[in-house]
Amino acid sequence: MEERTPFWQDPKKRSLVYQGLTLAIVGGMGYYLFKNTQANLTKQNIASGFGFLSQEAGFDISESVIEYFSDETYGKALKVGFLNTLKVSVVGNVFAVLLGGIVGILSISSNWLVSRISRGYVEMVRNVPLLLQLFFWYTLFSEIFPSVRQAYNPIAGVFVSNRGVVIPAFESHPVWTWVLLTILGTVVVIVPLIFSWGKKQKEEFGIERPTEWIMAAALIFLPIIVWMIGGMPSKFEIPSLQGFNFKGGFTLSPEYISLLLGLVLYTGAFIAEIVRAGILSVNKGQWEASEALGLSGWRTLTLVIIPQALRVIIPPLTSQLLNLTKNSSLAVAIAYPDFVSVANTSLNQTGQAIEMVGLIMLVYLTFSLTTSFAMNWYNKKIKLTER
Amino acid sequence: MNLFKALCLVLFLISQAAYAGKTFDTIKKRGEVKCGVTTGIPGFSVPDSKGKWTGIDVDVCRAVAAAMFGNPNKVTYVPLSSQQRFTAIQSGEVDLLSRVTTHTLSRDTSLGLNFAPVTYYDGQAFMVRKSDGIKSAKDLNGATVCVQQGTTTELGLADYFRANKMKFKSVVYEANDEVAQAFVKKRCDAFTTDASGLAAERTRFKNPSQYIILPEVISKEPLAPAVRHGDDKWFDIVKWTVYALLEAEEMGINSSNVDGFKKSKDPNIKRFLGVTKGNGKSLGLSEAWAYNIIKKVGNYSEIFEKNIGKQTSLKLERGLNALWKDGGIMYAPPLR
Amino acid sequence: MVYKFTKNPEKRTLPRMEAMAKWMKKNLFSTKGNTVLSLFLIAGLIKIFTPIFTWLFIDATWIGDAAACREGSGACLAFINEKFTYIIFGPYPREEIWRPALTMVLMFALLWWSKEPSRWSKKLVKWWAGFVVLGWILMSGGLGLAPVKSTSWGGLPLTLVLSFVGIFISYPFGIALALGRRSQMPFIKSMCVIYIELIRGVPMISLLFMSSVMFPLFLPEGVSIDKLLRAQVAIIMFISAYMAEVVRGGLAAIPKGQYEAADALGLNYFQTMRFIILPQALKIVIPPSVNTAIGMLKDTSLVIIIALFDLLSTTKASLKDPEWLGFSVEGYLFAAFIYFILCFSMGKYARRLEVEFHRGHKNREVNI
Repeated sequence: MEERTPFWQDPKKRSLVYQGLTLAIVGGMGYYLFKNTQANLTKQNIASGFGFLSQEAGFDISESVIEYFSDETYGKALKVGFLNTLKVSVVGNVFAVLLGGIVGILSISSNWLVSRISRGYVEMVRNVPLLLQLFFWYTLFSEIFPSVRQAYNPIAGVFVSNRGVVIPAFESHPVWTWVLLTILGTVVVIVPLIFSWGKKQKEEFGIERPTEWIMAAALIFLPIIVWMIGGMPSKFEIPSLQGFNFKGGFTLSPEYISLLLGLVLYTGAFIAEIVRAGILSVNKGQWEASEALGLSGWRTLTLVIIPQALRVIIPPLTSQLLNLTKNSSLAVAIAYPDFVSVANTSLNQTGQAIEMVGLIMLVYLTFSLTTSFAMNWYNKKIKLTER
Repeated sequence: MNLFKALCLVLFLISQAAYAGKTFDTIKKRGEVKCGVTTGIPGFSVPDSKGKWTGIDVDVCRAVAAAMFGNPNKVTYVPLSSQQRFTAIQSGEVDLLSRVTTHTLSRDTSLGLNFAPVTYYDGQAFMVRKSDGIKSAKDLNGATVCVQQGTTTELGLADYFRANKMKFKSVVYEANDEVAQAFVKKRCDAFTTDASGLAAERTRFKNPSQYIILPEVISKEPLAPAVRHGDDKWFDIVKWTVYALLEAEEMGINSSNVDGFKKSKDPNIKRFLGVTKGNGKSLGLSEAWAYNIIKKVGNYSEIFEKNIGKQTSLKLERGLNALWKDGGIMYAPPLR
Repeated sequence: MVYKFTKNPEKRTLPRMEAMAKWMKKNLFSTKGNTVLSLFLIAGLIKIFTPIFTWLFIDATWIGDAAACREGSGACLAFINEKFTYIIFGPYPREEIWRPALTMVLMFALLWWSKEPSRWSKKLVKWWAGFVVLGWILMSGGLGLAPVKSTSWGGLPLTLVLSFVGIFISYPFGIALALGRRSQMPFIKSMCVIYIELIRGVPMISLLFMSSVMFPLFLPEGVSIDKLLRAQVAIIMFISAYMAEVVRGGLAAIPKGQYEAADALGLNYFQTMRFIILPQALKIVIPPSVNTAIGMLKDTSLVIIIALFDLLSTTKASLKDPEWLGFSVEGYLFAAFIYFILCFSMGKYARRLEVEFHRGHKNREVNI
């Protein structure tokens, strides 16, 4: 019987043929491009490979989380860029979720004005390219704020000029890094642990533990303990104008502020839409039921509606968080030294286009994949508790 | 995968027919030189509102076209950002990179470029606001400096401050005019690029007299046209075109008097203008190649004065760029 | 339509003022808290928008030169007036401006005509094909028109070309990728998944960098592609991945019974897809793909980074005129306004289609 079926009618064989063809085409294409590139590179004696990463970079980077000097390597410079990307996207994501959540809830307000204003903001921001908004904020910053010598001084110690916002800060000391890391670690590790412990206690023993208080205590006391162990550095710096610029204190550059503002406003609008849709997706009966139970509007929202809406909200929210991270690459247009910007400089200095573009893609792919994995894990968790 | 299949097809359909020979043959066949220039630096390469390009770098392209085809207008100008310039020349998107590019060792070697003779000896300098009362680059300790991304000036800046043990903050922009804008808006205290570039940008400011260029020149920036590795014949043509511009100035030949020199008895001039045959053949060009350059574009001095010299808004001195016999370092080897 | 009948019939019978009072009572002043909030917001809005309105319209300098603008205290609309042609058409030769203008007018007219789903037919496709050919000739020259190189295309036409050509060409790629992703063949499936996830995982800027600094090295020596076209290829590569996800959503929405029915009829894979699945799925995905188109229209603004003269670049370039320095806010607001009009109307259209299709589906279910 089998002999009588010609091979093109046998789905298995046919599928093999298709796949073989695809393999051949993709492979051929890849080989062709690779061969061309190689030929081009060798013919013109263009260096390739990642050896340049350990060479001296030679250029300065305007802001950095870690200490960096221009005589350090390209590798270090790229690390600085990477951390700058993290700095803007982590902070940006937190604020975008806050803004989006608030606006999303406001946009279903029964007060016509409140909901209209929220919707107006969402529509305004969503329909204009982010890059244009970034340019706008950046220009506005340099046009409405005075030069550094005529800086505004709204609160004692705080100075606002077109060189950025300078605020008083603790003098730099290694302990502060550890304090920050402790806060981060507490949020990422200890808070979820307390949460699941509290849940377990409730489910298994029916005991309601004051988890919120324990979390708050951990968040406040753990960093303080670290600070005390570190020798309690408490020297405070008030910025003052010396020579060309403000000395001391903590400076938020106009580039950072504009980028952050642009990203938060833009992504916030998309998140607001998601939150709104999520809340609207919850059955109306749920509102009525909790009203019948005598819950107030706010408690209905936080205890009944949002927990259910979250399942609808989380997946698109994840992709928005990722979008913000990817969009932070527009920093290159307004002179914020993020990863793409530093990579771009290195590309210009070394001419190693393929390596640099490859690195850029790799870094963002890593962000995307990590976030996707984390979110898949979280989704599964929510699903399990659904029952 | 279908996408790749189609992409492949698209690439094949739209790409110009693959050629087998060298750069020279391609250009000859195309009948046009593709010249990579800036997106706009006054005096060097800048388009006017009708899209006509002018500038010293542009005139180099025109001179090469005149040598090749006897017609200086056989040029397609490709505006390139500083990021795109090297790939563009490496990949053959342009035949000649005439784009205020500094000749350095690493560019010569690992970028696969061949640099023709220098067309403008430049050096990095700083521009500051007069009102700030800065007299020397040594006063810039702690200043914020605006600079363009990925240029030799970005490196020179860091080197200079490191060498003088001074601190600074850089603000790095993608495009040159953004650097200038940021400086005008007082985002930074100083603006650094090649001295000629500073002079060029200053002409575009609202009140040029409010700004001064500091006397220190902190680096060597020999700006030269470049071609890619792989075709020495083409490289020779570009190289000797630049030399011809210098040689003509040395001989006192310019676009208005060149016809008169055709009857000259001087063997050097006869060789130069192709009255005595030989040079053209060696280069693979017509014997009138140098005549065409001078007649249709002019000699180095004419190009200099027309684009960046005293009468222009840039008001640059010849300085280093004068001929060797006038105290400069411009010198052409014998054209024989 | 249905909505109209469910509206409160009382409303129409009430006198206007009374109706308004009632509406305000319900929507603004329902409780004490709401009343306070509303009043507070109204005061805030007046405080914010009065100066903006005054700046933008009342105190604005409508005509005149830069000096007149600097004297006035309002917005410098004279700047927009002066730079209008450059912002909209970029470096396109001045004397030929009527060509891109005509192309755009034709395009908007055709878009307007095609917006009703009832007019969607083979004939309309032919009209569009005709328009593409005509538009190409108008823009680039030929048939007696002076040739204009793509390097001097710019402004709004360039933005529209990049995004609309991108969307239309990436549509079939998106379908192919989506089908591949749902395919049973492991190799094809994994290739498609890798492509989609790879592209969706990286920022568009990296693809544009690739098109601008890497593509040239991929090609054999001496072969070079126009810069604009390279950017277009990068944009198509980028949208295809997103389109694939949109189409996948549509495919997932087709009930399994449809596949089984097709199988039962003895249709093979291609027939099933061609006649049963895709016609239904593609209809579902029209609204979300309009949303993708909006995203793309906005994202084309990134080509400024690789030195192409789209609408945002021309706006930015015109801000650099030393004569007119310091009117950036006006310039950006103008560009934002154009983008807003385009994107907002597309968004509204997508929502309308969604409602219409949704109702269509429901009706059919009821009819059966």
